[in-house]
Amino acid sequence: MAEREKLLEVSDLRVTFGSRRRPFTAVDGVSFDIYKGETFGLVGESGSGKTTIGRAIIRVNPVSGGTVKYKGETISGRVSRETDRMVIRNIQMIFQDPMDSLNERAKVDYIVSEGLYAIDKHIPKAEREEKVARALTAVGLLPEFASRFPHEFSGGQRQRIGIARALVMEPQFIIADEPISALDVSIRAQVLNLMAQIQKERGLTYLFIAHDLSVVRYISDRVGVIYRGKLMELAGSEQLFAHPLHPYTQALLSAIPMPNPELERNKKLVVYDPAMHQYSESDPPQWAELEPGHFVRGSRRELDGYRKLLEK
Amino acid sequence: MTNKETILSFEDLEIQFTLRGQTLKAIRGVSLDVHRGESLAIVGESGSGKSVFTKSCMGLLDANGSITAGHIWYAGHDLAQYKTEKEWLTIRGREIAMVMQDPMTSLNPLKRIGDQITEAVVLHQGLKGVEAKAAAVKALEAVGIDDPERRYRQYPHEFSGGMRQRVVIAIAVACRPKILICDEPTTALDVTIQAQILDLIKRLQKKLELTTIYITHDLGVVANVADRIAVMYAGDIVEVGSCDEVFFDPRHPYTWALLSSLPQLGVKGEELYSIQGTPPNLFHEIKGDAFAFRNPKALNIDFVQRPPFFEVSPTHKARTWLLDPRAPRVEPPEHIRHLREIGGYANG
Repeated sequence: MAEREKLLEVSDLRVTFGSRRRPFTAVDGVSFDIYKGETFGLVGESGSGKTTIGRAIIRVNPVSGGTVKYKGETISGRVSRETDRMVIRNIQMIFQDPMDSLNERAKVDYIVSEGLYAIDKHIPKAEREEKVARALTAVGLLPEFASRFPHEFSGGQRQRIGIARALVMEPQFIIADEPISALDVSIRAQVLNLMAQIQKERGLTYLFIAHDLSVVRYISDRVGVIYRGKLMELAGSEQLFAHPLHPYTQALLSAIPMPNPELERNKKLVVYDPAMHQYSESDPPQWAELEPGHFVRGSRRELDGYRKLLEK
Repeated sequence: MTNKETILSFEDLEIQFTLRGQTLKAIRGVSLDVHRGESLAIVGESGSGKSVFTKSCMGLLDANGSITAGHIWYAGHDLAQYKTEKEWLTIRGREIAMVMQDPMTSLNPLKRIGDQITEAVVLHQGLKGVEAKAAAVKALEAVGIDDPERRYRQYPHEFSGGMRQRVVIAIAVACRPKILICDEPTTALDVTIQAQILDLIKRLQKKLELTTIYITHDLGVVANVADRIAVMYAGDIVEVGSCDEVFFDPRHPYTWALLSSLPQLGVKGEELYSIQGTPPNLFHEIKGDAFAFRNPKALNIDFVQRPPFFEVSPTHKARTWLLDPRAPRVEPPEHIRHLREIGGYANG
C-alpha cells in the first residue's frame, strides 16, 4: 500500500454555501487519498456532501478550506490557467441522470466534442470526428450515432454517451456521480461492466459516488462513508463489509435489500441516530486508524469499543 | 395467504397506444387476479408495460391509449367499460389510490402540505373545516411525521425526499382506499430511506387492511414486501408465483436474467451478468416468446409459437416452453440457485 502512487490527495476539505452571515457547511474537514488505478467509493445519503466533494475536486464548487492535490499539484483555490486546463483535460465527470445531463437540442457529435472545444476552439474537423468516433466505439455505440439526438436513445445508451463524453478527453481520473442510480437493474449491470472494462484497458482511476452500498462494494477497492459532510469510516471494500464499525455504516449495510425473502422477513433495520455519540469537550471525536487502512471516527471511548469488536 | 378472495381481476386485457398513425400494443392479453389483503409486486424493465397495466384500472391512461379488449373486474363492475371522468372518480382515490415514483413532482410546490392533504380529505371523506384539518393532521401523524401541527403549514420544499414521499402516502391513504398502488415508490430515494418507506407501507397495509400493488424494476426491493410476484416482459406477464417461489424456484429465463443481474450478487473482479440486447419493439407483432431474442438458450419453438402458461404449483405458473414435458432440461444459472443461503451484511 505504502509505495502506491497517490493520484489525488484531499486534505481537510471544507465547502460552505450561503452568505457569510449564515453559512452552511456542506463538507467539513474531509481528508482522503486516491491511489492511481483504483476505484474509490464515496457513500452517503442525499445531502451528505458526497456530490459536493466530487464537484469541488473538478473545481465546480469553490473550496473554502483545505486543499486538493492532483499528482502533487494543488488544484483547489486560485490556480494558473495551465493548471485549470490540466484539470479539465485529466479529470472528467459522469453524471447521474442521462435524461437530464445531455443537451436535448445538440447532436451526439457536439455533446461528445464539447470538451475538446473547451481546450482548443479550432480543433481540426477530421481529428475531432475521429476522436468522437473512437470514444463512441469504446462505449459500445456505433460511430454513426454521432448524427443523432439524445432522445433517440434509451436510458442505458444515453449513459454510454455520457461516458463517451468523458472518455473523449482521454482523462486519467473519472468522477462518476451516481452513474447508475437512474437506470434499470438490467441496464445497471451493463454500465458497471463497461466502466470496469474501460478502467482495465486504460488504467483509469475512479471516484465512484453512490448511495447504494451493494453497488459500491462490487466496484470499489476502498470505500469512504460520509454523513453530514464528515467522513465516518474509510476502509478497504471487503474490510468494510466484513467489519463495519461505525453505527452509521452498520445502518447503511442493514438497509441493503437482499434477494432472499426469508432473510428479508426477519430483517432488523439499524437506524442511526447521531445523538447516540455523547461527544464531550474532554473526549472529542477523532479520526483513527484501527487496523491497517481501516479508519473510523469516534471518541476515545467509542474507539476502544470498536477495537474490541475487531478483536472478536 | 389463507384468504384468497379476489378483489381486482384483469381478464385478457389488451391496451394499445396510437403514435403518429402507428399502433403500439403495450399490453398483450394479460390476466391477473389480485387477492384481497395481499401485497403483489409487478416487476419488469422500463417499457415492459407494468405502469400502463396498473394505470388502466384507475383511468389514468394517456389520451392516445385505450383498452382494446378484455375486462377489469372490480366490485362487480367492469372498469374497462368506464369512459367518463365522472365514472372514474368513483374509483380513483376513493377505491384505488396511487403513490407515484417521484415525490418531487407529485406534490404541488405552491401549496402548503396541509392543504394538499385536506383537499383529499374534503373530496373523499366529505369532512369540512376544522374536522378536515384534524383528519389531515392525524394522517400526517400516521405516516410518521413528527410535529404534524407545524409540518401542516409548511411547503413541500421544506421536506426531505423521504418525508415528501410520506406525505404522498398520507394523501393516498387519507381517502381510505381499498387498494394502494405504489409505482416505484422508492426509486428516487436513498437506500436507508427506502427501507423506512417500505416499512411504513407495510405497517399501513396491516393497519388499514389494504391490498397493495408494488410496481418496480428492482427484484431486490420486493423480497421484503411482496406476498406474490408477477414478472412482466414486453406487455405480458411471464411468471407469477409466491415471493418464495419466484426467488427460490424461478422458471422463466427472463426471471433468471432479472435475478442474475442484481449487483448484490456481483463478485468483485468478475463481470456482472447483464441481459443482452433490448426489449422488442412493440409496434411490431410479436411472434413466439418475446424474450427469445435475448435468451441465449432459447428453443426453436420460442421463435414460432407463444408459450401458454404451465402450472408449477397451484400458486406458481410461468409462460415458457421449458416447462413443456417435451422440452430439454435447462437449469437456471448457477449463482441464483442458492439465494436462500445469502446472508445479510450488517453485523455479519
